[in-house]
Amino acid sequence: MPDAPGLELLAAELNSRTEGSILGTSYEHRQAALIADPDSIRETLGFLGEQPHSYTFLSSVHAADYLPREPRFAVHYELLNMARVERIRVKALLADPGPGGALPEIDSVTDLFPTAEFQEREAYDFFGIVFRGHPDPRRILMPEDYVGWPQRRDFPIGGDPVIFTYDEDEVPGWTR
Amino acid sequence: MWPATFGLACCAIEMMAMVSARYDAARYGAEVFRASPRQADMLILSGRVSIKMVPVVRRIYDQMLEPKWVISMGACSSSGGMFANYAVVQGADKFLPVDIHVPGCPPRPEALIYGVLKLRDKIMGDPSLGWREQYAAHGTEEGQRPWEAGGIEVGRAGSIPADGRLVSTPGDGAVDMESGRVVDLEATAADMAASKSAAEASEDSGA
Repeated sequence: MPDAPGLELLAAELNSRTEGSILGTSYEHRQAALIADPDSIRETLGFLGEQPHSYTFLSSVHAADYLPREPRFAVHYELLNMARVERIRVKALLADPGPGGALPEIDSVTDLFPTAEFQEREAYDFFGIVFRGHPDPRRILMPEDYVGWPQRRDFPIGGDPVIFTYDEDEVPGWTR
Repeated sequence: MWPATFGLACCAIEMMAMVSARYDAARYGAEVFRASPRQADMLILSGRVSIKMVPVVRRIYDQMLEPKWVISMGACSSSGGMFANYAVVQGADKFLPVDIHVPGCPPRPEALIYGVLKLRDKIMGDPSLGWREQYAAHGTEEGQRPWEAGGIEVGRAGSIPADGRLVSTPGDGAVDMESGRVVDLEATAADMAASKSAAEASEDSGA
């Protein structure tokens, strides 16, 4: 991990290259994170992956739902420099486009880091985040005909109620 | 009974232990895990069944030859268990006729062997325990298409009227609940008509 001043230097360097590409930083529990603008995520990750920073390995891409916080969604990229054994996290915050069924969108980084292909599919599968330019944007774990984005916070947990002696009156219709 | 080689989750480890030398299901003739469902007559659902797995399980079950039986092993395949969520089927009897539920998380190999023995008792003993009666599932035998034969009534256990001894089937048969045998109503009616005409003929000759 870069330390806190190193993180600020990195953010300033990225902002000088592409103005407004880094919206903020966070340094907690000795973990460095850049809050990136989702519109320029490809420039940010491409720059971090090249010399001299050389975070060449994308160890994870995952999504998060921060409901009720705004912006609601985030895509997290965990980068690793294997020579220096140094990690950095890039968070791209995405706003919910609203109730009309529209999905949040962000550029795919599959051509920069091929490992992102399956992990972006997983983020699409569970959170309904669309990755523009992804070569194969299908669901990956849930059935192909599944409806809904099951890891979102407003998605019902599902399952059947479990009946114990103390709550059998509260569950309607369990003795059908 | 030969089980199909089919493990779903962690219960499959206990299922494998069932045939080890320590527990030795060979004592009861259930040790031959067949690699082909065509050669198996028992399906052990050993673990949680995710909704993506359902068509696979159902296809393996459909490929097994009659007669065939299903043991639901553990809490997850019987009721969903701790996985009360969007991804797991809440009880395998929503898509399969299950004969024996073995409780436990996971059940010990002894418990699974006990389930096999209960299934053996069920097969050799009272035929009214058979799952076709229990689930009103006549017409699902090999080679029959229940949806083409006029539809079957999908009912829960206990939906059979208590007073009626006959459960209608897609064909012209009915099931005698006491013996578990299919009674052919058409043949019975033809028999009755034949004996009636024979009686009339004898009356005629007598007169």
